Amino acid sequence: MQTPGIIQESDPTTSNLEARDFSVFYRSNQAVKNVTLKLPAGRVTAIIGPSGCGKSTFLRAINRMNDLVPGCRAGGELLFAGQNLYSPDVDVVSLRRRIGMVFQKPNPFPKSVFDNVAYGPRLHGGPGHGKLEQTVERSLVDAALWSEVKDRLDENALGLSGGQQQRLCIARALAVNPEILLMDEPTSALDPKATLRIEDLIDALRGKYTIIIVTHNMQQAARVSDFTAFMYEGVLIEFGMTKELFTKPKEKQTEDYITGRFG
Amino acid sequence: MRLQTRKLVDRAFSGSGVFAIALMAAALLILLTPIFIRGCGAIFFTATVEHRRIMLEKFERGNRETVEAEIAAAQAAREPVYRMIAEFERRLADESGAGRVKHRKALKELKKALQVLLGPAPGDIRPMMMRDQYGQARWERAKVKLERVLYREEWDYSDPTKSGILILKPRAEDFAGTAAEGVFPYLKQNADKMLMPRRTVYWQFLTDESFDSHMFGGIWPEILGTLYLTLGAMLLAIPMGVIAAIYLTEYARETPFVTFLQTCISTLAGVPSIVFGMFGLAFFINTLKISDSKSVLAGSMTLALMILPTVIRASEEAIRSVPKTYKEAALSLGAGRWHAVRSIILPAALPGILTGIVISMGRAAGETAPIIFTAAVSVGKPLAIWQTLTQPTPALSWNIYNLATEHEAVDEVRHVQYGLVLVLVSMVLLLNLVAIIARARISKRLRV
Repeated sequence: MQTPGIIQESDPTTSNLEARDFSVFYRSNQAVKNVTLKLPAGRVTAIIGPSGCGKSTFLRAINRMNDLVPGCRAGGELLFAGQNLYSPDVDVVSLRRRIGMVFQKPNPFPKSVFDNVAYGPRLHGGPGHGKLEQTVERSLVDAALWSEVKDRLDENALGLSGGQQQRLCIARALAVNPEILLMDEPTSALDPKATLRIEDLIDALRGKYTIIIVTHNMQQAARVSDFTAFMYEGVLIEFGMTKELFTKPKEKQTEDYITGRFG
Repeated sequence: MRLQTRKLVDRAFSGSGVFAIALMAAALLILLTPIFIRGCGAIFFTATVEHRRIMLEKFERGNRETVEAEIAAAQAAREPVYRMIAEFERRLADESGAGRVKHRKALKELKKALQVLLGPAPGDIRPMMMRDQYGQARWERAKVKLERVLYREEWDYSDPTKSGILILKPRAEDFAGTAAEGVFPYLKQNADKMLMPRRTVYWQFLTDESFDSHMFGGIWPEILGTLYLTLGAMLLAIPMGVIAAIYLTEYARETPFVTFLQTCISTLAGVPSIVFGMFGLAFFINTLKISDSKSVLAGSMTLALMILPTVIRASEEAIRSVPKTYKEAALSLGAGRWHAVRSIILPAALPGILTGIVISMGRAAGETAPIIFTAAVSVGKPLAIWQTLTQPTPALSWNIYNLATEHEAVDEVRHVQYGLVLVLVSMVLLLNLVAIIARARISKRLRV
């Protein structure tokens, strides 16, 4: 496994995740339609689009969370480090270890703060006890939560505020050292202040991890992302540098969407 | 107008709700009060010297010297009675004709009634049955038996349109003018000296074996039997039920077969318990031959089968009520399905599963029908753990039924019956209490 830190942030074409003519079907309904896309490594990519455009489905396809949905299947190729994620010999469990995920609603386990963060490392037969504590501390520091919870590691995580819970979930995902971090509307259940803290956190994680964030909030996409993909009705309409996409969109639909004419 | 109607409806509804709850509480009180009071009568009662004699002779309980002194004192108080009777008997030999026959019969009846009250007379041959070896151990029964000595029951059938009328005739009349005439006033005067009633706490009622069809002793074999049966049933039903619930909720896909299975489980939950009892006999004992005859093992298996649907249903509900997001989070961290179930879903579902288990446990402890044909006998010794594989056992629920319907002297064992009921009810209540506390504690840990 490569260390996330060594990715050169200057090269936007470096990519370890690539979709080639990739589709997702719910039974006969095609939710993601023939998307071809290279996601830049070490950068923050936002996926925007109106509700039901397939952006969450695409995100969940990346760590194969869609496997849980009955009747869901994928077509085309989704390459991670050169390997198709949907080829039959892929070990989903170790894949998910390398591609972490943060969900829409904060979902800490009903366990202590420490146990939440330690869940992943313990699962993967992680480090010994002393190192486990280090891992937990490092993850919490990275998630900008350490100072707030360092005295209450033994308390139930459900006692934290919503924003703290979401940062805890980020710390939990970071604890297994993923290469890619998927975020599915991570601030939609949070108040503006907590949202700001998460955005600051994403900013701080930039460069260390490849972050893919699905968001409804276009200001958020503009604020936190380096690249933006706009999807509409399952089709990838436009993909480019965030600055360019928001200022000089190439497609009419993109322009309509970001100017608020629909969606 | 409409607002007032609405208010009226509201008030009527909440009023009827309060009424329903009050009615339920009253019913519970009316039900539990006699159970409690009369059940306690099995342990707290006024015991005669006969009770202390039994305790000494059967269990080596009590101070031997004190009790023996007491027995001697009681014997001394009884001595005049036996002396008068002996005198009467001696004179009877000289009597002749109809008077002799009459007196003879009266004497025989008197001796029998006395034996019931006081035990065998000095010098009698030791009787076979334990109930004949001792007098009345409980004072309230002794008072009844004393009446039987003082009065003879006679039935008046002179009016053919009515059933017989009971007439109590003083025995003293039968012995008027004889040497035994003094027996009756003496008994009336000195009954307490002859039996020495004293308030007693017989807590060993819970830990003693029973003697002579529950005439004496306690109910330990029944308590132990119920514990064995219940624990055995839980041991079989919990793992099977929880595993089945995990499979149905987490692994099985929504195929017609699985839907059919779930319908079967629901149906099974509604099958009357007697049917399970018959099935247990036919399948476990007659077909599989897991034991030669009734055994705790067969009973436990039958009970397990009966409660399995409840355990599965409750566990399924509990697992389904765990937020899906927990599972997603675990899987997204790279947990396998089983690991997610074990580390996250089961702990979160535990309170619900526990509730289902305890409800089933109460049911398994209380059910009579499934064990009638598979495990229960009316009297027996307490079993050792390995004997449960082959031996039948008495059990609280079955013995309550048995004592009420099949015992040859229901009046004599009424206190045992109430004791059994009280213990069974307490056991079930205790189980529920434990579950409520455990549930509250676990829930607290789960929800901050």
